[in-house]
Amino acid sequence: MTTNTQKTDAKKTDVKKQDSMPTPTLAPHQDAPTGHKPDGRVGGGLFDPKQLVKSLPDALRKLDPRVMIKSPVMFVVLVGSVLTTVFSFKDPGDWFGWTVSAWLWLTVIFANLAEAVAEGRGKAQADTLRKAKTDTVARRLRGDGSEEQVPGTDLKIGDLVVCEAGDIIPGDGDVIEGVASVDESAITGESAPVIRESGGDRSAVTGGTKVLSDRIVIKITTKPGETFIDRMINLVEGAARQKTPNEIALNILLASLTIVFLLAVATLPPFADYAGSHLSLVVLVALLVCLIPTTIGALLSAIGIAGMDRLVQRNVLAMSGRAVEAAGDVSTLLLDKTGTITLGNRQAAEFVPVSGTTEAEVADTAQLSSLADETPEGRSIVVLAKEKYGLRERHQGELAHAEWIEFTAQTRMSGVDVDGRKVRKGATASVLAWVREEGGTVADDADTIADRISEAGGTPLLVAVRDDRGARVLGVIHLKDVVKEGMRERFEELRRMGIKTIMITGDNPLTAKAIAEEAGVDDFLAEATPEDKMALIKREQAGGKLVAMTGDGTNDAPALAQADVGVAMNTGTSAAKEAGNMVDLDSNPTKLIEIVEIGKQLLITRGALTTFSIANDVAKYFAIIPALFATVYPGLDKLNIMGLSSPDSAILSAVIFNALIIIALVPLSLKGVQYRPVSADKMLRRNLTIYGLGGLIAPFIGIKIIDLLISLIPGIG
Amino acid sequence: MSSVLADVLVVTALIGALALVHRPLGDYMAAVFQSEKHLRAEKWIYRSVGANPDAEMRWPAYLRGVLVFSAVSVLFLYLLQRIQGKFPLSLGFKPITPDQAFNTAASFVSNTNWQSYSGEVAMSHVTQTMGLAVQNFVSAAVGIAVAVALVRGFARSRTGDLGNFWADLVRCVIRILVPISVVAAVILIACGAVQNFGDIHTITTLTGDKQAISPGAVASQEAIKDVGTNGGGFFNANSAHPFENPNGFTNWLEIFLLLVIPFSLPRTFGRMVGNVKQGYAIVGAMATIWFLGVIAVTWIEYAHPGTASQLAGGAMEGKEQRFGEGNSSLFAVSTTMTSTGSVNSFHDSFSGLSGGVLLLGMMLGEIAPGGVGSGLYGMLIMAIIAVFIAGLMVGRTPEYLGKKIGTREIKLAACYILITPTLMLIGTALAMALGKGESSMTNIGAHGFSEVLYAYTSASNNNGSAFAGFAANTEYHNTMLGLCMVLGRFLPMVFVLALAGSLAEQKPVPPTAGTLRTEKPLFTGLLVGAILIITGLTFFPALALGPLAEGLA
Repeated sequence: MTTNTQKTDAKKTDVKKQDSMPTPTLAPHQDAPTGHKPDGRVGGGLFDPKQLVKSLPDALRKLDPRVMIKSPVMFVVLVGSVLTTVFSFKDPGDWFGWTVSAWLWLTVIFANLAEAVAEGRGKAQADTLRKAKTDTVARRLRGDGSEEQVPGTDLKIGDLVVCEAGDIIPGDGDVIEGVASVDESAITGESAPVIRESGGDRSAVTGGTKVLSDRIVIKITTKPGETFIDRMINLVEGAARQKTPNEIALNILLASLTIVFLLAVATLPPFADYAGSHLSLVVLVALLVCLIPTTIGALLSAIGIAGMDRLVQRNVLAMSGRAVEAAGDVSTLLLDKTGTITLGNRQAAEFVPVSGTTEAEVADTAQLSSLADETPEGRSIVVLAKEKYGLRERHQGELAHAEWIEFTAQTRMSGVDVDGRKVRKGATASVLAWVREEGGTVADDADTIADRISEAGGTPLLVAVRDDRGARVLGVIHLKDVVKEGMRERFEELRRMGIKTIMITGDNPLTAKAIAEEAGVDDFLAEATPEDKMALIKREQAGGKLVAMTGDGTNDAPALAQADVGVAMNTGTSAAKEAGNMVDLDSNPTKLIEIVEIGKQLLITRGALTTFSIANDVAKYFAIIPALFATVYPGLDKLNIMGLSSPDSAILSAVIFNALIIIALVPLSLKGVQYRPVSADKMLRRNLTIYGLGGLIAPFIGIKIIDLLISLIPGIG
Repeated sequence: MSSVLADVLVVTALIGALALVHRPLGDYMAAVFQSEKHLRAEKWIYRSVGANPDAEMRWPAYLRGVLVFSAVSVLFLYLLQRIQGKFPLSLGFKPITPDQAFNTAASFVSNTNWQSYSGEVAMSHVTQTMGLAVQNFVSAAVGIAVAVALVRGFARSRTGDLGNFWADLVRCVIRILVPISVVAAVILIACGAVQNFGDIHTITTLTGDKQAISPGAVASQEAIKDVGTNGGGFFNANSAHPFENPNGFTNWLEIFLLLVIPFSLPRTFGRMVGNVKQGYAIVGAMATIWFLGVIAVTWIEYAHPGTASQLAGGAMEGKEQRFGEGNSSLFAVSTTMTSTGSVNSFHDSFSGLSGGVLLLGMMLGEIAPGGVGSGLYGMLIMAIIAVFIAGLMVGRTPEYLGKKIGTREIKLAACYILITPTLMLIGTALAMALGKGESSMTNIGAHGFSEVLYAYTSASNNNGSAFAGFAANTEYHNTMLGLCMVLGRFLPMVFVLALAGSLAEQKPVPPTAGTLRTEKPLFTGLLVGAILIITGLTFFPALALGPLAEGLA
């Protein structure tokens, strides 16, 4: 099946090769906000004006033409700055030339500053990470079982190392022996230790984390220098930042607009000569810089870096910028039922009596029989009895001579024998068998009730008793999956954004359907096997859709790799983390929705600032054209609708506005424009009004104000 | 009836007629290009040129067809002019000079129909009918074929095939252009346009002067001149000449003819991509810009200050008395915005600001509604640019009609929009810098500059109308304008076809609630805004030194 066109096909390479890994991100350090905003909206990152000052040296370093050439728009400004400066040296008494030159230089520096500030935030995070990556000494196991001490950097893939309480794990690997609690705060920022054990989906350990208890043997799976922590440092420092496809496309458009305006300005001298007005180089460069889309050209890379950074603040590590962009385009979300849509476990929802008994009687018996059931389901029965029927929780010690029957996977029943009375609750078949064994009868409606609960997607548990009236079924406990609060609204929002949600579950279709309806997802995949998941992804992709999913197990790995956005849980296996193109350090599957929103916000910010940048030009023409030509064609002064005080001041005001607007928009480019999950139509209307219309009007006001200030300077106005 | 009311009725009738006709005509054209059958006449043509009309072409093959056909056409037309004296019915005209013959060949093959000659004193019957008239048909058909190929790029998926150039070309001529032209020619003859192969009549006027009256197959040429948005008049005076455009009704009809195919093609586009609403959005943008132009020019012409103008009820210099302000303005805007270039009044004489609007109409890239075919593909390219920016603002990487606008697509669209500004700005700048502009002006000051700017704008955008004052028949301008016409026509086609190929290969992205709705009025408004701002900004300095300097003085 060919699904390559739209897919973020470089993701596998991204994960494996350092050099193809785009930018920044990082790891959450302790003081980073973990990003669970109560309303779940993507918000901005923090912006501190002090960062501007701190980033100044970096901004100046970026003046290197070899760096600047990567942004064609700003490169043109750089060349313009050099030209006007050289020109000013030829005529040192010309204050106008010097001032324009100075502001052109500032324009370039402001652009670099924006990028430096965005990168600076990653650098701080990288430093925190580096602390975790101290050189460790590994206790390597020899073939004969004895230990040797080797530096962590000498480890090879396949080496076995031993870690005991207090040891720093020397490299990424899988636990092959033992269980240990591990402090992973260096990576996740989460201080509560996690359990790592051999086998299963909890076997992956990360180099740089610390074993708190017990002893484990780890098989190294990654070469030193390519470990998870190394990759994170590279990512956040932007050591190998690559432009994303959409960024490249936008750069091409900006470059072509720059060429168009270069033409418009370069062809002006012969036209002006004919008109009898001789334009100086300074004026031409000023006009050019005002026209080319400097605002977006200056902020483009900062927007991209900040987008990745916003993910990092939510403890999501994107392995490539492509993945973030793809997140904005996602039209199908695959969500695991358990943990994402529903709380982890089924819970008791009601007690249904069979004919001849009362609800309270069922509640009482169910509670009594569940006291010895420590499973979450069992606990939820006790809780329900307390909350709904006011039954105080009894403790096992309160009942003398009681014989407790604990729940086991074999018997699938729990209960108690006390004072000659036996109570049981458990799976339908087990309880029915017990009642018959005890010589009792089963009420006709017990089956009917149990079936009804099954059909509704719930799980029925029977409650039975054997007392002086014989063995009989009293009623049924209705266990059901509890959908997390607010999910329905969340899915509603996603639908408005044009995103289809598909619930993935191992449940049977009946149960799955009931939960899907309750949660409000668009579709579900029941009794899902990894193959089914894979097939579903491929089917969606064949229809041109981009698919996002989360996963943690090794058997999720192929699907994670196939999905356009595959978010692996940090608690997952290394195979899953390798396969996905993002890792969620909080291991919170619901975060997929936020990731999509961040992707969209990144794209919207780009579009909004591009629109703003282009719309700005109109006002600049009205400032500069009359300034240039009103002397030869006095009629053109009618275009000076802002009433600017003098030609020099008009040109200077436009140049200054052009420079200042970059700085003014740095916070917006770092925070991203406000994003709300509404339909494309509403979003376009809103952004067009703010950034299109606003971009048209704002510079008229800004240039006028700057002109007023300039005209106050003696000797100029 | 006041003249203003009459003008309103004329415009209303025109819009009404276009609204009525564009749906059936657009649907018919879609059917023509999607049909599987070949007419007998078509089969005969395919056999005679050895083309297989059923063979699908990928974009390089399609482009090769366009370029080879056009190159042969240029060569043929050039030779025909150089040896026209050797044929019968030559009317005694000499061969055309090499530079002018090149200019004319480039002009007619590129659907520009810039004329640096006066038809009635230069071109023989054979050149007019075998050369120029034939190109009027086929150059128009080439434009439509390329537009259809681009539409197929949107409509098709997972294939590089864009259809067959020869089939599109031949069908367009036989099934669309010829039938409409025949009907139009008959109506024009019925209304008084001439149609014959007679000799020049020399008559004595009332004042005793001798005057040579040229005959010719005028009505038939007139019809395709407008239908194919060509614009090359039989006579130098073009549609201001009573033999070409005898009365108010023919004037209305000619305006209708030059607008009808460009305004119907968006419907064809909508049909072929399977969503007629997408076509309405495009036609809405075209109509908005055209209508704004009509209002602006008509108003400025009526309001022209000055004693003579006010006595005449408006600026009447250079306009035919029988057409007046309204009909002249309507014709002028329609001809400049369709890349037709025929005129019923002299744009040089329009007031400064009106001249600016006419110039801007061409500078927009001839897309509102533009030439036949070229208007549609030009507008679709602008739609791609608008979608790219607006698409980001809805939080998705941009897509148009289910096709992603990625790096490759934006690269090709960007190249497209660079070409004509480059040609016209550099062309004008060179002419001015080398003093060639000033020497051909017949006016001084800003108006003189407008003449030069107009010439290069008209040629580069394949319009063909002239600011009549400009003396274009010099070796320099014949050559440079000829180059502008050829490059301005065929370079964009290269990128359009490459883009079509790239789009056709994609698999479609299904629309969702999160997709930018490109069939809504909001998008139409955005498209108009993007066109006016992006092109307006490019040419603002040049316009300021020409029409604005003159008009605001």
